[in-house]
Amino acid sequence: MFEGFDPVILARAQFAFTMSFHIIFPAFSIGLASYLAVLEALWLWTGRDVFLNLFNYWLKIFAVAFGMGVVSGIVMSYQFGTNWSAFSDKAGPIIGPLMAYEVLTAFFLEAGFLGVMLFGLQRVGPRLHFFATLMVAIGTLFSAFWILSANSWMQTPAGYSINAAGQFVAADWWKVIFNPSFPYRLVHMVLAAYLTTAFVVGAVGAWHLLKDTRLPGPRVMFSMAMWMATLVAPLQILAGDQHGLNTLEHQPTKIMAMEGHFESHPHGAPLILFGLPSQAEGKVNYAIEIPKLGSLILKHDLNAPMAGLDTVPRENWPPVPVTFWSFRIMVGIGFLMLGLGLLSLFMRFRGKFYESRLLHSFALAMGPAGFIAVLAGWVTTETGRQPFTVFGLLRTSDSVSPLAAPAVASSLIAFAIVYFLVFAAGTIYLLRLMAAPPHHDEQGPAGNVPSRAAGITPAVGATASGRAS
Amino acid sequence: MIDIAVVWAFIIAFAVFVYVVMDGFDLGLGMLFPLFPKKEDRDVMMNSVAPVWDGNETWLVLGGGGLMAAFPLAYAVLMPALYTPMIVMLLGLVFRGVAFEFRWRTTRERNLWDIAFAGGSLMATLAQGVALGAILQGIVVNGRHYGGGWWDWLTPFSVLTGLALMAGYGLLGATWLVLKTEGALRDQAYRLSWWLLFAMLAAIGLVSIATPFLDAEYARRWFAWPNIILTAPVPIAVAAITALLMRSLAAKQDYRPFFLSLALFALSYAGLGISMWPYIVPRSITIWQAASPDNSLHFMSYGVAVLVPIILGYTAWAYYVFRGKVRAGAGYH
Repeated sequence: MFEGFDPVILARAQFAFTMSFHIIFPAFSIGLASYLAVLEALWLWTGRDVFLNLFNYWLKIFAVAFGMGVVSGIVMSYQFGTNWSAFSDKAGPIIGPLMAYEVLTAFFLEAGFLGVMLFGLQRVGPRLHFFATLMVAIGTLFSAFWILSANSWMQTPAGYSINAAGQFVAADWWKVIFNPSFPYRLVHMVLAAYLTTAFVVGAVGAWHLLKDTRLPGPRVMFSMAMWMATLVAPLQILAGDQHGLNTLEHQPTKIMAMEGHFESHPHGAPLILFGLPSQAEGKVNYAIEIPKLGSLILKHDLNAPMAGLDTVPRENWPPVPVTFWSFRIMVGIGFLMLGLGLLSLFMRFRGKFYESRLLHSFALAMGPAGFIAVLAGWVTTETGRQPFTVFGLLRTSDSVSPLAAPAVASSLIAFAIVYFLVFAAGTIYLLRLMAAPPHHDEQGPAGNVPSRAAGITPAVGATASGRAS
Repeated sequence: MIDIAVVWAFIIAFAVFVYVVMDGFDLGLGMLFPLFPKKEDRDVMMNSVAPVWDGNETWLVLGGGGLMAAFPLAYAVLMPALYTPMIVMLLGLVFRGVAFEFRWRTTRERNLWDIAFAGGSLMATLAQGVALGAILQGIVVNGRHYGGGWWDWLTPFSVLTGLALMAGYGLLGATWLVLKTEGALRDQAYRLSWWLLFAMLAAIGLVSIATPFLDAEYARRWFAWPNIILTAPVPIAVAAITALLMRSLAAKQDYRPFFLSLALFALSYAGLGISMWPYIVPRSITIWQAASPDNSLHFMSYGVAVLVPIILGYTAWAYYVFRGKVRAGAGYH
């Protein structure tokens, strides 16, 4: 079986599949860890029970999502070796240390304090517990820092030389880490993670408000989430625009694919809204376009000339249809997010924020929006980097392991079966947790610890930890 | 010749050993799940590792990621060579890892996740043991790539090392339960510890007998004069530790068996090191051939020097927070 398949395509499919499943969880847990830190801080500061209830409510959800992120992440750290061994040999001296720093600064920090965060409130008291929550939240951000640095280096390699064995060697670590696209990609992804979480929290709040507008927990979480959407969605659009300009400078072929610019436009390029790009014909069929707007957005000048893929050898073209469409999905969702943020602001000023069924239904429908946008965005940037793993330097076809198609195909099938089973179950458990509203005396994952949990307040806890220290 | 490559060989070896020590008892405890059918016992067992398993598993990521960073050529050759065991291990770890959370989120499917927990632990352990055997027996290298087929890893020897690791992790799991539990659960863990100790000793013996036959160099390394002066203490120490372990099991000293079992692991591990040195892919690639350029190793050395002591510190704190016996009903979930 599978002898006729191309092992490169299978290896790419396996990486795309395992990576796509994985990124869903960090995208959610980066934002959720920060949200939990904010909730716990508010509880410690105000002493209001509603914040503790919300904290415990989301902590249970965090535990399940984080667990799925961990197990799917371990798979990723071995995918490089199993399926991309030539890449690992050549780029290992640069990508490896960045990932090693991710493990040392982020994974251990998250994992080391996770146990205390999930189960340790009664054992260590609120202050130390808050410290653990903060460490987990900071760990998720460190993780984003290093992995996005590594990915960005593959997109816009800098600060390297190539040794006799054909390996990339760092000439300047500072330039490697802070390579040209890294700051943009980091900001874009962290904001995306925050938005993803905000829309999940908002949808859960909206779901419960649709049934009962008086519930205190859902009111608080819905309001917090909508503030986040209102403030961060416009920032994200701005960050995305800046990221795009950076890509135009360093990876012009990716922009050509995203825009569907097969042809060069010496007198101002149109903005193609929709159409059917054809890689074989080298044109966009049925294009609906606005003249000159493409040049205005990318060059801030209506008549600026824009080169197209016709200036690039065909063997260096990224797959245009996928890049073109995934980009439009991401941007479309971005503007829907902005729309929800603005609607929520309008309803706040109208005094209908907690009553508007329109707003709540819209927010509920937008619950998965962040995940879809994150996936679409990653598909855009990764597909747009093709046919290279290290942009312009190492071709994808020269990066794979010397494996026969049947080996790669069987493992891909195994991953597909296991992931669908396991993560489907996990998603059901998550939705089940979200389906019940947070209530008075909400318990965390340490739930069935008898009665001691109920009696703890910031003040009592402070004296308890004071005694302990 | 202590240079930066040697230092990194020890760092990676340390990470892998910490992984084996810390995740070994989690996985062993998972494999013992079917022998403890009562829900209350299983709750206690799981709660005894729930707060720390994630940190334990992170050492595996450091071992893998560190290997890619410090010895990219070895990573690039070993991973395709061990393709199937690696995939099986990863899938096993998926099942085992999610079971920690999923188990508490359902009553109807709890048995299903108990099976996933036990089965996943078993898959991961067997795969790790098989991978170890496959490395020891040698790997076909072609230039800078793996040059063998994708079933090369499967031999009687690699199956033996797979079973050996199951016995070893099982012993760690059983003695961990002795350490962390009370009553009937602990008593059963004591009984299992005896059986698993015998199984592990048999496994150590068989692997030790088989290894010299894999390659004449292994035999020379261990038995030729004057090497034997350096290698003879290893089996002698194994015998001494075994005697102490049996005594502490007989005297029911809850704390000692676990740490003595770890000592057995440390000795076996040192034995492996003696056999493999200075190769990272036995008989093909030395640590110097596989090492990353110096500036990559130096760059990471700062991080390791500063961060690993901190990591060990807060890891120890986490264990300290959840110290003592885990009682039924006072679980964390």
